[in-house]
Amino acid sequence: MKMQFDIAGGDFSAAGGASSEVKKTLKQLNIPPATIRRIAVALYEAEVNVVAHAYSGVMSVEISPTNIWVQIADKGPGIPNIDKAMEEGFSTASDHVRQMGFGAGMGLPNIKKNTDSMELKSVPGEGTTLEITVNFN
Amino acid sequence: MEKKKLSELIEDLQFDCLAGKSLLDKEVVSAYVSDLLSDVMGKAQPQMVWVTSQIHKNIVAVASLIDLSAIVIVDERPADEEMLKLADEEDVVVLASKKSAFETAGLLYNYLKMK
Repeated sequence: MKMQFDIAGGDFSAAGGASSEVKKTLKQLNIPPATIRRIAVALYEAEVNVVAHAYSGVMSVEISPTNIWVQIADKGPGIPNIDKAMEEGFSTASDHVRQMGFGAGMGLPNIKKNTDSMELKSVPGEGTTLEITVNFN
Repeated sequence: MEKKKLSELIEDLQFDCLAGKSLLDKEVVSAYVSDLLSDVMGKAQPQMVWVTSQIHKNIVAVASLIDLSAIVIVDERPADEEMLKLADEEDVVVLASKKSAFETAGLLYNYLKMK
């Protein structure tokens, strides 16, 4: 099963919409709640990253009988130093974003913790692509 | 910790219900206190109530995605109307406590560990 969602940069009011749709689908497929939770956490963080940092993004989802694969590709400033971005507590979020309770530098670590594989690629000045997989068993 | 229904908890601790009034038979096992959304996403568990002073729309998505029983807004913070409308649509319960986060957490701690 394939799904695709557009994510608008800067639009916090819609943040979480795509993650929520994927969660509903996984529930209908009777995926165990603990697995759905891991996927929901990872996708929400990825979605918020696009909203907080990029201009626009696309979330592509493929659900197989054994796992879920998700790619979140954005057009945006990119990440100059991925190792630094992966550090817990490191964030480049604006003051406005931090006041909303985002930008704690926990997003990418949360994605890493809740997925079975995670690949992050970025071209500064062009954008960032994140690919994650979560196994169902 | 003892499981309590939201309806009992609201009455005993004198919280107001601002959204999700038809969902007060949800059970509560514990609570998590944080204003950092990623912290809550990463650590709060299903059936917890989330004590926060955040009042914008994004708290609804967080509570819904990780199946929290309710959000408890502290200190009479003015809850955003749009947020409450979204919470009703997404079946998320939003409560309000007149006390500070510290006192609200203390009340919940004593209440939920009690028999």
